[in-house]
Amino acid sequence: MARLSLLLGAALMLAALPARAQLSIEITGAGAQRIPIAIVPFAGEAALGAGISGIVRADLERSGLFRGLEVPPLIPHPTEATPVNYNEWRSRLADALVLGSVAARPDGRFEVRFRLFDTVKQAALGGIAYTLSRDQARATAHRIADYVYEKLTGERGVFSTRIAYVVKRGNRYELQIADADGVGAETALASFEAIISPAWSPDGRRLAYVSFENKKPVVYVHSLADGKRHVAANFRGSNSAPAWSPDGTRLAVTLSREGGSQLFLINPDGSGLRRLTSSSAIDTEPRYSPDGQWIYFTSDRGGSPQIYRMRASGGAEPQRVTFEGGYNVTPRLSPDGKTLAYITRNAGRFQVALLDLANRQVQVLTDSDRDESPSFAPNGRMILHATVIGGRGVLSAVSADGRVKQRLSATAGDVREPAWGPFIE
Amino acid sequence: MRATLLIALTAASALLAACATTPPEEQKPAGVEDRSAGKPGAAQPVEQKPIASVDLTGSRAKDDPASMLRDPNSILSKRSIYYDYDKFDVKDEYRGIVEAHAKYLRENPGAKMLIQGNTDERGSREYNVGLGQRRSDGVKRMLILLGAKENQIESVSLGEEKPQQEGHAEEAWSKNRRSDMLYGGEY
Repeated sequence: MARLSLLLGAALMLAALPARAQLSIEITGAGAQRIPIAIVPFAGEAALGAGISGIVRADLERSGLFRGLEVPPLIPHPTEATPVNYNEWRSRLADALVLGSVAARPDGRFEVRFRLFDTVKQAALGGIAYTLSRDQARATAHRIADYVYEKLTGERGVFSTRIAYVVKRGNRYELQIADADGVGAETALASFEAIISPAWSPDGRRLAYVSFENKKPVVYVHSLADGKRHVAANFRGSNSAPAWSPDGTRLAVTLSREGGSQLFLINPDGSGLRRLTSSSAIDTEPRYSPDGQWIYFTSDRGGSPQIYRMRASGGAEPQRVTFEGGYNVTPRLSPDGKTLAYITRNAGRFQVALLDLANRQVQVLTDSDRDESPSFAPNGRMILHATVIGGRGVLSAVSADGRVKQRLSATAGDVREPAWGPFIE
Repeated sequence: MRATLLIALTAASALLAACATTPPEEQKPAGVEDRSAGKPGAAQPVEQKPIASVDLTGSRAKDDPASMLRDPNSILSKRSIYYDYDKFDVKDEYRGIVEAHAKYLRENPGAKMLIQGNTDERGSREYNVGLGQRRSDGVKRMLILLGAKENQIESVSLGEEKPQQEGHAEEAWSKNRRSDMLYGGEY
């Protein structure tokens, strides 16, 4: 059993909201085959306050791939060290089982231990022991959920990742960052003018975004740990649509400084300007492919907005990528580079679509009206996007097969412009 | 602040105008000897020194051109151009406004303008920044053709982010598809 000391020292020192704000999250769909899993409350977990086992269960259920079983009170209460009666758990219809315990240490910190069991194979799959302070309880629960998810699905879990988004309440805009489950929102930027297009740096330490505080669009790069930000692009005219290169050294942006809206590259500090496209059209919404070789973008050079791609090194003529429909915008690549998510206008309704780049098949994922800004989870399984439900701006996450849906909404105001953060190594 | 100044100046000029039209009354305090030339008791011609009148109403444009920009009676206070869906050309009904602003910019080489292009809410926010830019660029181009200088004008876009009217139907959308012209001090 591995032993890990959980260090979350580099806490995000953002302007914290007076009350612990969050987005409320609601699941509105489930996967085809969910793994039934019993997550027994960890012995002694009341001492930690956060209800670790409940967070693990909620994370796993939210993925749409697991169904948490109700566990009756068990006496004596089993822990990760208790021998497991697999037949008993099979009779409860569990395919998997999590047992754990929480112990207070003399230094004021806590130890959390757990083990994951496969009741079908009748074997322990592994477990971890953590040392943590009380305020790291939620993060620890997310780590446990990630571990269970990865062991049972073969995919990396995203329960420890964060999302950025913009909330508009009246004339006030806030760029917020929350856990992937919507809890713990903190405000990185508050403004009386719009903020759009937040983009995470690959290392998750910075956000680029567009702010209209100067009565025109300007690209900023904002360091999350200390709140220090600087202007990356404020050339004459409009500056927008920042996108990081996969190695974090360059930003692709849209500038009108030379007429129209064209793609340029700059360094995050604003130096090293280089023009990428030369058309008389609108070329915007650049996005690097994960291997850094291509830049996908929206262009109406063919008469209607469609998605194109060009070599990131420049030179060759851009190739058109979307051919179905008269309005295809906002290209986003899956982490494995094989799928393109984008927004398509379908009989006047703006919806999320997926294009398989190998076989060119298009699948429309949503059935809504006003979808915007799709963003892949770093494991590629879910796509977070903005939409409008009942007249309010909310976020929706949908699985790549369209089955699992979650809705995230703010207590008050409209939520928009989501960006799913990277895995933090 | 400018409105207050305007009122103050108007009041001042009204006072001065009043003074100019009322004849001055000769005042002779009791017991003061009349030292004017000629026989005592003879009527003396009253010398009336004219008072120079300062009229701020007519030549206002010359002394403070910027005040015309906010005068509701002046075409220069009209700053917005509206567009049909997916269009960015300046419709004929707005040419007069653009011409007036071009003339102002020509005659006031130190004046600076910011043109903000806007769209309705439909579609991608960033693509709408591009569409708004097409609109403001179009107005800038026309102003330059009419004699304004390139370095007097910056054209930018607010995309769909600053609607003039909230709403999700054509009534609001038609008010939001627009270019706004702002002068220095207004942004």
